[in-house]
Order: sequence, then C-alpha cells, then structure tokens
Amino acid sequence: MYTCKEVTQLVLEKQERRLSWREHLGVRIHFLICDACARFEQQMQFLRKAARYFAERHEAEEQNTVLTPGAKKRIRDKLRGA
Amino acid sequence: MTKPSPTGIRLSLPEVWLEQHGDTLYRYAYFRINDAALAEDLVQDTLLAALQAQESFAGRSTERTWLVGILKNKLIDHLRKYSREQTMDTTPGSDQDFDALFKDDNWSHWRTPPSVWDNPSAALEQQQFWTVFSDCLGALPGRQAEAFTLCEIEGLDGNEACKVLGVATSNIWVLLHRARLRLRECLETHWFDQGKGG
Repeated sequence: MYTCKEVTQLVLEKQERRLSWREHLGVRIHFLICDACARFEQQMQFLRKAARYFAERHEAEEQNTVLTPGAKKRIRDKLRGA
Repeated sequence: MTKPSPTGIRLSLPEVWLEQHGDTLYRYAYFRINDAALAEDLVQDTLLAALQAQESFAGRSTERTWLVGILKNKLIDHLRKYSREQTMDTTPGSDQDFDALFKDDNWSHWRTPPSVWDNPSAALEQQQFWTVFSDCLGALPGRQAEAFTLCEIEGLDGNEACKVLGVATSNIWVLLHRARLRLRECLETHWFDQGKGG
C-alpha cells in the first residue's frame, strides 16, 4: 500500500506523465481510504483548469494593454538618437 | 521623393513601426514578463535591432511578423539571462519542503490535510479570486513561477520550457511540482479557507 506521501508524489507526477497501471491502481485504492489525498488530486486538476482560465482572461485583458504616451516618447527619442 | 529600395520592398521608418506595431509588441512582451518597464525596454531594443537589420528583412513575412520575431529572440535572451541569475533551486531529492508536509509515522500522513474546497468552479467566475491567484503566482520563487507560467499558462511543452529556463527535463518537473504545491496551499489559505470561521 502507498503512503500519503507516495500518493502525493505520484499525483504530482501524473500531471506530467502517464502512471503505470500498478501506480494508477495503487493510487485509486489509497483514495478509497484517504479523503485528504483524494482532495489533493481534485485540487491539482482544479489548478490546471484555473491556469487555462487565467490564460484566457489574460489574453482578453491584453487588448487593453498599450504603450503609454510617455513610453512612446521615450522610445521615439531613443530611435532618433540611433 | 524617396526612391523605392532596390529590392522593391518599402520599409517604413522605425517611428512608423512604433506607431503601427508598438502596442502589439508591447502587449506581446508584457504578457510574458508582467513588467511594464521591462516590456518597454524590450520594445525599444527590438526596434533598434530592427533598424540595424533592415536589410535582412526579406519581405517574406509581414513587417509585424518580422518585428515580433525579433522581439521573441530578445525575450528568450532576457529569460535565459534572468534564469541564470537566480540561484538553482532545482536539486532533486532531499526535498525538505515536500517532506515537511507529512508526518514521520508509518503512513506518512499529511500534517495538515488539504481542506475541503467549497465549489471551486464558482471561484473561476469571481474577479476577486483572480487577484488572489495572481498574487499567489507572484509569490512563487522566480523559477517556479516561470516554470508554471511557461508550461501551464502559455502551454509550452516540457522540452520547450527547459530551453527557456536552461534546465534539464527532470528539473523542470521538480520546479513544476513545487510550484503546484505552493499554489495549492496559497489558494487554500487566501481563498478557500477564508470565511470558514474558526
């Protein structure tokens, strides 16, 4: 049987690689008796979903991100000096 | 009257580039480094480099694509330099942060088990949650934040992220794992456990 520590490590690795069937089974069995680790896995999935949402929001916000007039002036001065 | 260049490609002056493409370049840089002053510097460096490299513009791509290409290289240079300046925090094994999460008993139980998160999907719709999320991301040590941003937010694969960060594949996983653990804990403390009372 896996310990909480081992399951946590495997759940983290699962974000990057496919677990072997043995690992997968061991993790599933552990979840049956351990709510804490089951929650941890759900929270890792949530984190991934949140990151995707974050990227989408960021892209929408991007449209309002522009160089300030001051910044443009500074760059223009540099370009003239070049 | 100016004559068209021998290649027949008409190039605008850097100041015109600035007017036409400055905001696009700035957004591109700002989105990746989240630092207004630095993004401004990168736009400036890009336009100066473009001025020097005018002849290399083959006209195969649009002016904007060409400029974004120069900016991309500037960005990678910057990220590389930045990631080398930081101390290495990627040593695998003997991970005290990770070990500290668990008790020393036979089952290595959680010292503080992850708490119950109430309706996490609803959080995604709340402006306030994203402020907390940004703050938590910002609070990560530099390389962990970069690894998480590159892989999870920008969608780079492990190999691409390794190139940017200049680390081995095994180390990018270590960085990502630490980032995930910290982000989880931070969101729990500053969002999900808020208002639970007690």
